[in-house]
Amino acid sequence: MLLNVENLRVRFRIGRGHKAVLAPSVGRGDTGVSFQIPENSTVALVGESGSGKSVTAMSILNLLPENAVREGAISFQGRDLLRASADELRSMRGKDIACVFQDPMTSLNPVFTVGQQIVEPLMVHMGMNARQARERALALLNEVGLPDPKRRLDAYPHELSGGQQQRVMIAMAISCEPKLLIADEPTTALDVTIQRQILELLAKLKASHRMSMLFISHDLGVVGEIADRVVVMRQGTVREQGPVADIFSAPKDAYTRALLACRPTLAAPPARLMVIDDHIAGREAENAARVAKPKDPNAPVVLQVRQLNKSFWLRSGVFGRKPFHAVKDVSFDLKRGHTLGIVGESGSGKTTTGLALLRLHEAAGGPMSGEVKFDGRDLLQVPKAQWQPFRRRLQVVFQNPYASLNPRFTIGQTLMEPMTIHGIGENAAAREAKARALLARVGLDDSAWAKYPHEFSGGQRQRIAIARCLTLDPEVLVLDEAVSALDVSVQAQVLNLLKDLQDELGLAYIFISHDLAVVRFIADEVLVMKDGVVVERNGVDALLNNPREEYTRRLLGAVPRGWRMTTPRLTA
Amino acid sequence: MSAVLENPVGVPTPATRSDGVWSAAARRFRGDRVGVIALLIVAAFLMLVLAAGAGVVARNWQSEIGVPNAPPTFMGAAAKAEQEAIAQPKGPNVDLSAVDPLAPRYKEWAERAAQFKTAEHARADTLPFGADRLGRDVLAKAIKGAEISILVGVSAALLATFIGTVLGSFGGFFGGRVGDVLEWIYNVFTSIPSILLIFAFAAVTGRGVGSVVLILGLTGWTGIYRLVRAEFMKHSVREYVRSAEAIGASSMSRMFRHILPNVSHVVLVQLSIHVVSFIKAEVILSYLGLGVSVDQVSWGTMLAEAQSELILGHWWQLAAATVFMAVFVTAFSLMTDALRDALDPKLRGAE
Repeated sequence: MLLNVENLRVRFRIGRGHKAVLAPSVGRGDTGVSFQIPENSTVALVGESGSGKSVTAMSILNLLPENAVREGAISFQGRDLLRASADELRSMRGKDIACVFQDPMTSLNPVFTVGQQIVEPLMVHMGMNARQARERALALLNEVGLPDPKRRLDAYPHELSGGQQQRVMIAMAISCEPKLLIADEPTTALDVTIQRQILELLAKLKASHRMSMLFISHDLGVVGEIADRVVVMRQGTVREQGPVADIFSAPKDAYTRALLACRPTLAAPPARLMVIDDHIAGREAENAARVAKPKDPNAPVVLQVRQLNKSFWLRSGVFGRKPFHAVKDVSFDLKRGHTLGIVGESGSGKTTTGLALLRLHEAAGGPMSGEVKFDGRDLLQVPKAQWQPFRRRLQVVFQNPYASLNPRFTIGQTLMEPMTIHGIGENAAAREAKARALLARVGLDDSAWAKYPHEFSGGQRQRIAIARCLTLDPEVLVLDEAVSALDVSVQAQVLNLLKDLQDELGLAYIFISHDLAVVRFIADEVLVMKDGVVVERNGVDALLNNPREEYTRRLLGAVPRGWRMTTPRLTA
Repeated sequence: MSAVLENPVGVPTPATRSDGVWSAAARRFRGDRVGVIALLIVAAFLMLVLAAGAGVVARNWQSEIGVPNAPPTFMGAAAKAEQEAIAQPKGPNVDLSAVDPLAPRYKEWAERAAQFKTAEHARADTLPFGADRLGRDVLAKAIKGAEISILVGVSAALLATFIGTVLGSFGGFFGGRVGDVLEWIYNVFTSIPSILLIFAFAAVTGRGVGSVVLILGLTGWTGIYRLVRAEFMKHSVREYVRSAEAIGASSMSRMFRHILPNVSHVVLVQLSIHVVSFIKAEVILSYLGLGVSVDQVSWGTMLAEAQSELILGHWWQLAAATVFMAVFVTAFSLMTDALRDALDPKLRGAE
């Protein structure tokens, strides 16, 4: 065994002095977390946010905050890591055990070049001189598949894309030939297509360097493609562990089954996605029996977009500027009660399209042209003074639920503000009644009213953001990557909520996402965008069954499919 | 990792009415012992200022109750200087009326003088903190000086923060033409050496508490402007502000209802930093004779007087003013530090 974790319990000391309490994070009571990592194999820790999977991984090298208390036993090649001194641990970090973190943009130091950052561990741990280290760095960048590595060596992190940055992080991690690589959600911040490339790279490196990997993810779909063994965690304890084939083909624990079911797939979607609670309560049959409400093909068109163009000014030369065409000639019709999915990689112009419809771009940023017909008016021609009533009818939900609510407003204030601005409801009491009803409708209880956003989880905040939009009774809702930042299980709840609301209120959605599986579940029609241009536009079934464009096929191929006997596995 | 460590407990938050942002900040502040002590000292000074303003203490700071330059009590009275410095002439006594043309009127003057009481009240030989060259109590002066200095520091800082925050929020939020104009004004103000700028304003406005406040406020807003502008630029593209725009909130509402509370920690900390620096600036201005008018006293005028007294070995006025100022400024700075730690939302959860 390379790594043996036995009955690990981690608690955090909260508060100061004698009032401090120990809050358990990993392990409950006397039962801790136990698992082993054999040589040359990949073990995955799976669970939702707050399940303790990252804390478990970070406690191996003691990368936890000062107030953590670890108990149990962790041995790496026979050495007891819980009792190792700080110096001993430091010499092991990077050399024997290396880490790759979730967000490559914050893991790289912005003021050093990529080369300088890779060279440092080589000189510290491997005792190389500057010249040798540089040559090795070049070889590493080549190995992780960074295009034009010689030039990239002197590039700063901001000059690289997210996927390239993650490749650099991986190059740094494997630079000292570690025996164990800890990858903490290494692909969560990336697009589906980039995610696939990084997964393939990790699998390849694991085989060629003969190392083991501890892979942490919230997404069983991803884990199924790369892991040999899976450890499913929930609320600080291990619910189930075993070989990947067993976990996927014969899951024993209800929670594992729920995790497997809640990820939308490319196969014919159910009317509702399974959520964890349904599974635990054994309501599978009830859910499966529900059928999707059929969409009315003759529903009136609420939004008609023709030849929408949007460019941004780029500075060129000292005084000059030139336009950058972010969106070119986008046209579509959106019917009442229907959902239009816009799919593409980052930088494809899908978010720009959504925001341009709502005129949320600054006018000085660049020109906009085309026609957006809503209720008989061209929205692009409406003068600013008359724009207010349209604001009410077109609403938007943003991607990051941690940033889209004002941290200094209580939930009550957040929900009341839009109604006060637009004068909806006769008086404050009527508004409050409506806001409280909506809060209940999105599944939050009344105690949330006086709380602040930081007390809620990502999924709850996204529901609050949706409720805020609904206070205005909108007709069109732009959902800009609204579920991309959420855990798979939470994502399922929010998607179900959106679908229910659409059935109930006849809302029209513009659903922007990089994940075709999610779009498959919710959309009726799909626009595939690349470099600001719509490359393919079709009904969702037709698009999936018969993609015409190579680009669409690539997006489809990137969706994680979990573990299948038939599909070739990445670890092969 | 961050998602987990934000809530390392993994347990759902209890459904009780929870801490607001401010009460959480107050709780963090209470945990900082140095900060609490500093706050108490500052509060004591403010009480003293109020008491002095209301005339409860140091009302008679102008009365000359001690002998000139009376030393502090613990040093004992100064030795009497030799009286017979001029030697008596040795010649015969003469009738002065022969040489003094005013001699016939002395009697008349003496009668008139007898109608008034001129008894000089006894002057103390020593005072607790000593006396200045007119025999005024140094302690009373320092307390009265605290009133002026702190009043000037706080009001000038409020004025500067107000100007800086308003201009900074407009510059950062709107950018474009508005931002360019404000940047231009900012550049003009910062390109002139600050002491010259202060002199220029002082030459126009003249002396007095009001004009010192005006001078410091009008010249001191630039740093706050720069910081507030940067914060507004950062926040105006955040999603919560975009969301507010999407629900139809006006520019003013977005600026002052949404963004300002989120950058208030920057503004508050700048306010308290500027209180300290303006107290010091007032001292310099008064020392140079551009500060408060001659019938008022501030720590700065005390220091200016101390300069000539020091040559004669009368150090107590300097000591009193310095001790008062040092204690207040240090306490205020420490309080500011604690305030910043307590208010910075980025430190949340690191306890």
